[in-house]
Amino acid sequence: MALPFKGGVVVCADSRTSTGSYVANRVSDKLVQLSDNIYACRSGSAADTQALTDYVHYYLNSWSLDTGRQPTVKTAAHLMRRLIYNNKDQLQAGVIIAGWDAVHGGSVYTITLGGSCLELPFATGGSGSIFVAGLLDAEFRQEMTQEEARTLAKKACAHAMTRDGSSGGVIRTVAISSEGVDRDYTPGNELPFGPSAPF
Amino acid sequence: MSSNQRTTRPITTGTSVVGLVYDGGVLLAADTLLSYGSMAKSFNTPRLYSIEDRILVGASGEYSDLQEIIAKVKALALEESTTSSMESIYVERKLPAKSLWNYLRAVMYQKRSKQNPYWNDVVVAGYDEQTSKPFLGTIDKLGTTLQENLVATGFGAYLAMPLLREKWRPDLNEGEARALLEDCMKVLFYRDCRASARIQLAKCTSEGCIVSEPYDLDHSSGWNAPSMVRATGDLDGDRGS
Repeated sequence: MALPFKGGVVVCADSRTSTGSYVANRVSDKLVQLSDNIYACRSGSAADTQALTDYVHYYLNSWSLDTGRQPTVKTAAHLMRRLIYNNKDQLQAGVIIAGWDAVHGGSVYTITLGGSCLELPFATGGSGSIFVAGLLDAEFRQEMTQEEARTLAKKACAHAMTRDGSSGGVIRTVAISSEGVDRDYTPGNELPFGPSAPF
Repeated sequence: MSSNQRTTRPITTGTSVVGLVYDGGVLLAADTLLSYGSMAKSFNTPRLYSIEDRILVGASGEYSDLQEIIAKVKALALEESTTSSMESIYVERKLPAKSLWNYLRAVMYQKRSKQNPYWNDVVVAGYDEQTSKPFLGTIDKLGTTLQENLVATGFGAYLAMPLLREKWRPDLNEGEARALLEDCMKVLFYRDCRASARIQLAKCTSEGCIVSEPYDLDHSSGWNAPSMVRATGDLDGDRGS
């Protein structure tokens, strides 16, 4: 998921990659850095999203070299959208593009399976997101502080990991702002909720 | 004429049951998670039952079928203990675990033969007073029976059995047996999408059966290796995993 705060965006994800019911990787990193201040949250097919983020990272790097500027989140999102839309039959990729740029500040874009690109106040994705839609609708506020956004993201992620069998492991977060990126790691035994509910 | 209904796929499920025979008894373990497809429906659902404080029955697979099986098993045990027979007036003879195991074999096979199985892998454990030996056996949804020192259903067959085969000895004491099972359950929690860290242990010895309350495994050492903490998604990593 991606939750904006005052001055930037927090992106957050669990770490489970599964093949059917088998956990292929219990400590995956689903938060991919596309440029200095832009991250992508990957969901859906791991192979497809890895290939897509590699392409967008390459294009954004070329763009920076050509223009001499940092790319905007909007550019990254629309590059990703183009790739997914033009290959929609072959791909199964749900991606959230979030970050900070000097033009628009913090922004969050979600790109759906069909290749629609939506700018949203906050975004969630992946199989676990359905379990926390209500929680986030109730507790999300605009202009939170970085700490509040991080805490809410971890809480929602933990609840999704408790209820969704395809989610689990550890919680990774990245806070992105004008100052740069700040990574956080929450081990699987220190989740704010779960791995089993206490009742 | 009623139409024929049959089970085609499990809906509400429990995952692996793991068990071993040790020196003096038999120990079973199972987690207490009930899954509804990929959703975790309930976190405190026991799947190991003690029958007449003497026989343990547990199963993985469709939970409603397990409830049916336990109802049948309890009915059988009640009938055995309350119905008089010539033998039982003069000799106190309790239902042996092996007999219950064979009864369940017949039940499972009959359902399978009507193309409508109980969608479970059942584990039966007990202590045979006649031979003074622990008993451990399984019955699958087709009615196949196996009597073994080491059993594991579901994902446990792939992930726990190799660990059990490596570490098992016939002279394990209860503490070692428990540690081995907890290790198996921890691996299953890490690698099975339908498993949880809350487990239940059940023991059967010559003194009878005890089923523990559900408790949480300690997996605090399983998440702090540097390779796990390292962010592979950043620009200086491989940007994906």
